[in-house]
Amino acid sequence: MSVTLNRGQVLRRLRLGDIAFKHITRTAAIFVLVLLSAVILALIDGSVLAFRTFGFSFLWEEQWNPVTEKFGALAPIYGTIVTSFIAMLIAVPVGLLIAVFLTELCPMWLRRPIGIAIELLAGIPSIIYGIWGLFIFAPFLQQTLQPFLISVFGDIPVLSTLFAGPPYGIGVLTAGLILAIMVLPFVASISRDVFDAVPPVLKEAAYGLGCTTWEVVRHVVLPFTRVGVIGGVMLGLGRALGETMAVTFVIGNAHRISGSILAPGTTISATIANEFTEAVGALYTSSLIALGLILFVITFTVLAIARYMLMRLERQLGN
Amino acid sequence: MSNAAANVRVPIATHTAAVDAGEMTEKISIRNLDFYYGDNRALKNINVSLYRNRVTAFIGPSGCGKSTLLRILNRMYDLYPGQRAVGDVKFDGEDILGPSQDINLLRARIGMVFQKPTPFPMTIYENIAFGVRLYDQLSKSELDGRVEHALRRAALWDEVKDKLGASGLSLSGGQQQRLCIARTVAVRPEVILLDEPCSALDPISTAKIEELIDELKNDYTLVIVTHNMQQAARVSDFTAFMYLGELIEFGETSRMFTSPNDQRTQDYITGRFG
Repeated sequence: MSVTLNRGQVLRRLRLGDIAFKHITRTAAIFVLVLLSAVILALIDGSVLAFRTFGFSFLWEEQWNPVTEKFGALAPIYGTIVTSFIAMLIAVPVGLLIAVFLTELCPMWLRRPIGIAIELLAGIPSIIYGIWGLFIFAPFLQQTLQPFLISVFGDIPVLSTLFAGPPYGIGVLTAGLILAIMVLPFVASISRDVFDAVPPVLKEAAYGLGCTTWEVVRHVVLPFTRVGVIGGVMLGLGRALGETMAVTFVIGNAHRISGSILAPGTTISATIANEFTEAVGALYTSSLIALGLILFVITFTVLAIARYMLMRLERQLGN
Repeated sequence: MSNAAANVRVPIATHTAAVDAGEMTEKISIRNLDFYYGDNRALKNINVSLYRNRVTAFIGPSGCGKSTLLRILNRMYDLYPGQRAVGDVKFDGEDILGPSQDINLLRARIGMVFQKPTPFPMTIYENIAFGVRLYDQLSKSELDGRVEHALRRAALWDEVKDKLGASGLSLSGGQQQRLCIARTVAVRPEVILLDEPCSALDPISTAKIEELIDELKNDYTLVIVTHNMQQAARVSDFTAFMYLGELIEFGETSRMFTSPNDQRTQDYITGRFG
């Protein structure tokens, strides 16, 4: 009799604990959603003035003049996209090569050191990339790569515009190169992980037909991991689009669109970081917030696509 | 289009089917073979002959080294550091284990079908054409012919001829395994290694593949690893019984299953252990 009573009490107490636990965890989870919505609302609210003043031409207007209070986002949008494009153009192939080497060709004893080096590279704070870029990398480019590019492509019609001088050192290309270094570990480590997920027997089957390592990678590993690799690339792209500090140091912060990638430019995040302290008027502040909203939309789209791709990969592996 | 590497490779001689049924030639000879996974000696002093146009079955309990032996014949173990084979393995008199052996060419001459179906992530047509293109530069129509021939050999043509563009992964397990056999056949090997090819399949698919093995031995030398004693008895001409890394007994299947010399063979085939 007393035993059943005790058990009932214990169970009731446990149930209360369970209910409390459930509510606490749910509150924590909902908090994230609230936070995200609050950020979006704040961005929209803050940018209303800019969009009301300039309309959607804010998106394709190049002029950015705090004195006359004429603001257009085209130059930062252009800079963001071009620097990210340069970064991905370099980081994706190099990252894939690293991943192939690590999973298919690297001797066992070298695998861990390289793997750790890649993770450390991802862990370096961006401010360090920034000062390194400004004081060491940019002068180096100014003296070596940039004069070389100018002299080599100087006589070729389209490329001469793309690589028009003078060599400033800092500029869109330098920012793109720094971003490439920063994105590289993402692409390399995610690609390595998805390459490792290829069933060994599938690779053996290809080797069993007499394939070389290159043929196995090209025809079996890459098609099998396509979705996962694209997911990794998208995550890297997300980082490249939003990266602020390192880019601000080396891009030159010039609000203009130049045909030459050696010329200074700006990106959305660099503009915001540089100008927030000096934004005095309401319209100026609102325009900067509107830039933030645009960046948010761009990265959100990119990350959503990445998530979707990774989800599809998981479903594939689950089968 | 075929890639550049295909031009450099030595083309494989077309296999000749004509062989005197009464005469037996040794296709692969294995002498004093040891195999190590690191320090672990997995195969101990194996001596066995694999005859041309015959099916040789390897039976024995799990972990006895049957699959290991198979993976030596096409040097698959090379992919993994720390694994090494010591001994004398000759393929038409040519040393397989030697450093001068062209491994890619060896693997094209000794094809392999795995326990689990392993279609590549591409279309049914491409699954077959892929291996062919590695070695031969063919016109579209010649390639089509090779693909059709291989699929017919694997008794899969009628089931897939209307959906060659579909993914190889869309086929059923049994169809996938026959696709893998077709892929192996299409490269025109001389020897086909089958590593428990039916263990993941239903009885109907198994029967189809056994029929196929019987059919294929007219043109190829086959080696099959199996856990299914009835299967070994049905499809093979020779049977080798392995136990704990050693070859206990080797002989004609009819004799092995009726009057084995070794007590352990007797116990294993009657189901007393393993």
